[in-house]
Amino acid sequence: MSTSSSLLNIQGLDKSFQTEQQSVQALRQIELDVKEGEFVTVIGPSGCGKSTLLRIIAGLDTGYEGSVKLGGQPITGPGIDKGFIFQEPRLFPWLTVEKNIAADLSLRDKDVRRRVDELIELVKLKGFEQAYPKALSGGMAQRVAIARALLRNPRILLLDEPFGALDAFTRAHMQEVLLDIWERNGTTMILVTHDIDEAVFLGNRIIILKPRPGEIRGRVTVDLPYPRKKSSAGFQEFRYKVLNEFERIDELAFGEAGAGI
Amino acid sequence: MSVRQDDLAEAARKPLRRAWVIRGSGRWLSSLAWGSALPVAFLLLWQWLGDQELISPLLFPTPLVILESFGWLWNTGMLAENFGASLYRMAAGFGLGGGLGLLLGLFVGLSRGMEKLLDSTVQMVRMVPHISVTFLFVLWFGIGDTSKIMLIAKGCFFPLYIYTFLGIRNTDRKLFEVTRVLAYSRFKQIVRLVLPASVPNIVVGVRLSLAVAWGSLVVAEMMGASSGLGFLMMDARAMSDTPTVFVGIALFTVLGVITDVIVLLVERRLLAWRDS
Repeated sequence: MSTSSSLLNIQGLDKSFQTEQQSVQALRQIELDVKEGEFVTVIGPSGCGKSTLLRIIAGLDTGYEGSVKLGGQPITGPGIDKGFIFQEPRLFPWLTVEKNIAADLSLRDKDVRRRVDELIELVKLKGFEQAYPKALSGGMAQRVAIARALLRNPRILLLDEPFGALDAFTRAHMQEVLLDIWERNGTTMILVTHDIDEAVFLGNRIIILKPRPGEIRGRVTVDLPYPRKKSSAGFQEFRYKVLNEFERIDELAFGEAGAGI
Repeated sequence: MSVRQDDLAEAARKPLRRAWVIRGSGRWLSSLAWGSALPVAFLLLWQWLGDQELISPLLFPTPLVILESFGWLWNTGMLAENFGASLYRMAAGFGLGGGLGLLLGLFVGLSRGMEKLLDSTVQMVRMVPHISVTFLFVLWFGIGDTSKIMLIAKGCFFPLYIYTFLGIRNTDRKLFEVTRVLAYSRFKQIVRLVLPASVPNIVVGVRLSLAVAWGSLVVAEMMGASSGLGFLMMDARAMSDTPTVFVGIALFTVLGVITDVIVLLVERRLLAWRDS
């Protein structure tokens, strides 16, 4: 993957939520630049605003301060140029696999038909075209969701802890499937996770967030060649790097808490 | 890679596969035999008690006498005529009331404004006891078809209205977000998300409506009518012709079961995707 021009540009992003009593700052001064074809992983403990960041990029959450631009244009709302994968597959239960992928597009359209067949091949679901979601395992359903997003040729694919609900073996397998898709399609991806191995295994670059308020604490560029071996020394080195950043966050958090007491 | 094998094995482990296996023809016959054992035994006992003159032939005519009465009514054409009249009222009443309930349920479900305006009124009218207005309906619309159709329509309206409304309001919020991400228009959201998501509830509404329709039909035809199954029963009662009354009861029952089975079959086709 050669990195070329900037695709996503975030500057001075602030986001707070209003609850009944108070305003909670979810994100503070986020600066992020993602290049075309990059695979960025965002990692942080729960409550660090990583999902909020992704939802803002998707156009699902609005009402923030700062600038968020995709291809130079400010993001005003959701659209098919920004594919989004939720933690749950969120398939339409009354549609078969192939119809879920097509969604509002007609399978009678030859072009759509061909693309859907290609994607079913890509996400390795051949033979399950006519199955209903109830017959699918969690990993299979999530692959349908990925195919549904890819059919729209998104400029960027946003994945919000997509494998968080899967068991360890299925998760490892899904990570390989996703890398395979990324290498073949070259789709720019941002994946949010709380799993350090996952972040190191997938990303060109890892963004580390700290909670309350959500701020970028570190950026790690992972210059290991793909496919990566989780047991290799190089992989472990990056793993420790990220872990170190987390320990710094912990110390900070405890320090602040201690000052409070 | 053994990916496909794993997937297949995983899918096969799901319990729903088992549910389909049970529907073999042999099993089906055996379940029919088990299910009908009690009713058949009951009928045999009834017949035997009647033959031994242990029960009154006027109050409890034996199954064979009732069957004879059925044959007579069938041969004279009275059954077909009155049955046809009842069926027509039922269909027309259900079509009118159920159709309006569905439409209004959709409107009120899709618009908060409509809900504010209409829902309290509908809920109030719903509380009017059904039987209490039968007499008024006969006064207003005569003893012909109209009064029966209106009463049935009134009965069918509410279940469909309520369940259509519920179905729409219970549409999964998470799927709404998916349609936003996929950039559905408002129209597409309704046609491709809200309506299909409401179908399970609407089917429940249809079943309840049909049950109410049967009940209303009997009441309406017995309060004042010049044709129909209910009229046939009232007429027979006046003549102390209890076998015919039993024929009427049996027919109403059988027809109720048949409509329910039809709805179940439609449901199985329409809701094959459901995970239950």
